[in-house]
Amino acid sequence: MGAGAHIAWFDEIGLGDREQVGGKGGSLGELTRAGIAVPPGYVVRTSAFERFLESLEREAPVRAAVAALKADDLESITACSRALRRRMEEAELPGEVLEELTAAQARLVRAGTEQPVAVRSSATCEDALDASFAGLQDTYLWVRAAAQMPERVRSCWASLYSVPSISYRLKHGFPEERVAMAVVVQIMVDAGTAGVMFTRSPTTGDRSVVTIEGAWGLGSAVVGGEVTPDRWVLGKITGEISVREISDKLIQHVPAANGGVEAVAVGEERRRAPSLSDTQLQELGAIARQVERHYGRAQDIEWAIDRHSGAILLLQSRPETVWSARDAAPIAKPQQDPLMHVMSIFGTRRCP
Amino acid sequence: MNTQSAAFPAPSSLQVLPGTERAQAAYPYYMQFTAADDARFWFYNSMHFPEPMSAFDMVTAEAAYCALGSSTTRVHCLPTTLGIDYRIINGRVYIGGNAVTDPAQIARRTGEFQQRAFYYYGNWERLYAQWREKMLALIREAQALPKLELPEFEPLANVHAGRGIAANHQLLETYQKSLEGYFRMWHHHFEFLLLGYGAYMTFFAFCKKAFPEISDQTVARMVAGIDAEIFRPDEELRRLARRAVDLGVDDEFKEGRTAQAIMAALGTRGAAGRAWLEELATSRDPWFNINVGDGFYHYHRSWNDDLSMPFAGLPGYIARVKAGESLKRPIEKLQAQRRQLIQDYRDLLGSEEERQAYDQMIALAHRVFPYVEGHKFYCEHWYTNLFFNKIREFGALLAAHGFFAREEDVFQLTHYEVEAAIIDLMTSWSNGSPPRGPERWPQIVSERRAAIAEWAKHGTPPALGPVPDVIDDPAIVMLWGITRESLDRWLHATSDAGSRELRGFAASSGIVEGPACVVRSVEEIARVRQGDILVCQITNPTWAPIFQKIAGAVSDIGGSMSHAAIVAREFGLPAVVGTGNATSRIKDGQRIRVDGGRGVVTLLS
Repeated sequence: MGAGAHIAWFDEIGLGDREQVGGKGGSLGELTRAGIAVPPGYVVRTSAFERFLESLEREAPVRAAVAALKADDLESITACSRALRRRMEEAELPGEVLEELTAAQARLVRAGTEQPVAVRSSATCEDALDASFAGLQDTYLWVRAAAQMPERVRSCWASLYSVPSISYRLKHGFPEERVAMAVVVQIMVDAGTAGVMFTRSPTTGDRSVVTIEGAWGLGSAVVGGEVTPDRWVLGKITGEISVREISDKLIQHVPAANGGVEAVAVGEERRRAPSLSDTQLQELGAIARQVERHYGRAQDIEWAIDRHSGAILLLQSRPETVWSARDAAPIAKPQQDPLMHVMSIFGTRRCP
Repeated sequence: MNTQSAAFPAPSSLQVLPGTERAQAAYPYYMQFTAADDARFWFYNSMHFPEPMSAFDMVTAEAAYCALGSSTTRVHCLPTTLGIDYRIINGRVYIGGNAVTDPAQIARRTGEFQQRAFYYYGNWERLYAQWREKMLALIREAQALPKLELPEFEPLANVHAGRGIAANHQLLETYQKSLEGYFRMWHHHFEFLLLGYGAYMTFFAFCKKAFPEISDQTVARMVAGIDAEIFRPDEELRRLARRAVDLGVDDEFKEGRTAQAIMAALGTRGAAGRAWLEELATSRDPWFNINVGDGFYHYHRSWNDDLSMPFAGLPGYIARVKAGESLKRPIEKLQAQRRQLIQDYRDLLGSEEERQAYDQMIALAHRVFPYVEGHKFYCEHWYTNLFFNKIREFGALLAAHGFFAREEDVFQLTHYEVEAAIIDLMTSWSNGSPPRGPERWPQIVSERRAAIAEWAKHGTPPALGPVPDVIDDPAIVMLWGITRESLDRWLHATSDAGSRELRGFAASSGIVEGPACVVRSVEEIARVRQGDILVCQITNPTWAPIFQKIAGAVSDIGGSMSHAAIVAREFGLPAVVGTGNATSRIKDGQRIRVDGGRGVVTLLS
């Protein structure tokens, strides 16, 4: 079933659609296409943002106001941000956008189930700027009431005009007319265990291992650094688990009754217990390889295991940037005379 | 830890144990420590010589280091190293390398090395085929040595033939040929070895750089041969187990029954029994010429000499055959897995250039590895058995003439002293006077036996002297796996005796808990029970039949290429090797946990 002009379902989009669905939306669409399980959802396209902005621009300039700012004038940036955000949060959604959003939400969350959703910012310039930019925009977790959706979507859009976000763009000289925001809406995973994984070792850059970090409850505790996760290193090819560091997991994040998440203490008997079984580790390892192969490069992945179904779902996958940037010189080059390779062992003294 | 000031005890601070001074003095002067040795770094070669060495057995150290040094110093001219020095104290063999540090010398030696080593690499298959021929000829020579005889009168035929050389001379000739053959064998042993290890290490070092977290065993699996000779004795045993079932005589192989009793019983089972005994004879020549140790001690007897080891493995294999297992190693499947492993890692490399370099390095590693794996059967096993058995014949002859009580006593004499005793006997035969040896040797033999028993009771430091900043002698790194890191671990281990953990190389993954069976010498193997965790100084592939009983293995010494690791992986047993001091830290019967994936042994009780 085709969506309207302003909504796209994950299975309809991919990385090529990032101009319309933002980095996060494109990535979730791409994962869906690659056959990787992600929590179901849709994207409010940038066209909706543009429609919204058009109506605002008719009243008073938005982009031009930002473009006129100086990167080192924090006072003006703060004043501008405050004014723009208030305007955005107070304005109504354009009628056609509201209509499509309401329909999409009704299709995603069956009536009466009150399934909570995540509302995430998905900016179009996430890829052009470095990964830290993605973290500057708002995300709302455990949104339960469909009635809150228009407000959350507007808040995401408005977060594009937060002080840090504006400052960042000004500092990098990023043109304002190319800045747009899509919003991802997807079902929340009530995770029993969640975490992150890297298809290259974050410590050594080794491409032959997957490093998996996980802890009890929602992944926000791991991503936010509020718990020391368990850590495993898994051979991509051998499947061998070479490192098992089981940490003392004092707290876990759980969905709060009134939306959002809260930290609760982990029971004594589970604190030092591994948060993943070997079977789950192998399944995660296989997913990591599948994602990496699909993208053709190393990935940082967020995952969660549904507490009720046991299903592994990916929340996000981003290209790894740290080690990829270092891969300039080859470890060894082919030699005209292949025997010359042995001189690396026989020919040189190792200096202290 | 301040690594600069760290040092092991000086050689001069090591005391000869009281009461063993004369036994120590029996070793030749050139292997005794002197004051000048204090300035150098030495380490205890417990990999090859884990037990105190009897006076005769030191011939292995002499012959081996003579040949190893010839290869590295003068034949292939390794650029940065000369040969290995060795010393003995309290029966323990310490060795030290001779690094080349002068850049001009290194440059000159590099030129020589490339003309010599590269020729070997380039002509490897032809030279290796030639090596096998040489080695088999050497074995045939040793087999052809005459039986030792001192007849009352020279045989008439010899006299009529005008031979002009009497029987007593043949004793000296045979002894000297035996000794010469043993020294020659060690030259053959090292003809390819360092070059082989070097090519392997080249690939190994590349893998460690490209995949910093790759385990040693994974690299070994990419290179190791699937059908190496060293697997063959155990395969023969599996074959014999299958044949016993096929022939319907498997009921004779009961746990605890001696080899002699089983063979006698089979003799009464008609055609089927005879057929199995013929199969046994086929397997024995040459595949049972494998010994239960590394071949460096006279008491590492071969399966042929002592059938108890192979027969101990048969009931277990027979039970598995009857349970429907074929026991055949799936060669093609293993080869396909190895190809896939190589391909999978290749795909992960960062660039096409790296892939081409990888292809070049693994091609060379594959080219050299059959030698690295294959030579042991011919050298350390087959030839060494022949040699020690020939010396044993001299022991029997000398014992028969009252030089000492038992043929085994001959191994308490140095090889010079054995020659002296032979000449004593030759003289006595020629002049009709009684030999002088019976007055001299019994006392010395018992003194030296007591000394070895005393030395075995005491440990010895893993290393002596100042710690070098780097171990950059490729021979030492390759053959002993000793690196600056392992020295730090040893230094740490001596100061960290209270810890509940031992660390070593992760040799074969898996985690297991169980009672430790601490085996300090080959002769204790029989104590190993089903489900024990074997704790030993060094494991050996010929212990394979034991591996089907044990739940895991831990060794003091061994590295990524140790055959122990290979056999442990074959049997899917968790194993940690190269812990440095497991046999002294772990008590017999103590419960331990072996984590073969991490290389950690935990003391549980």
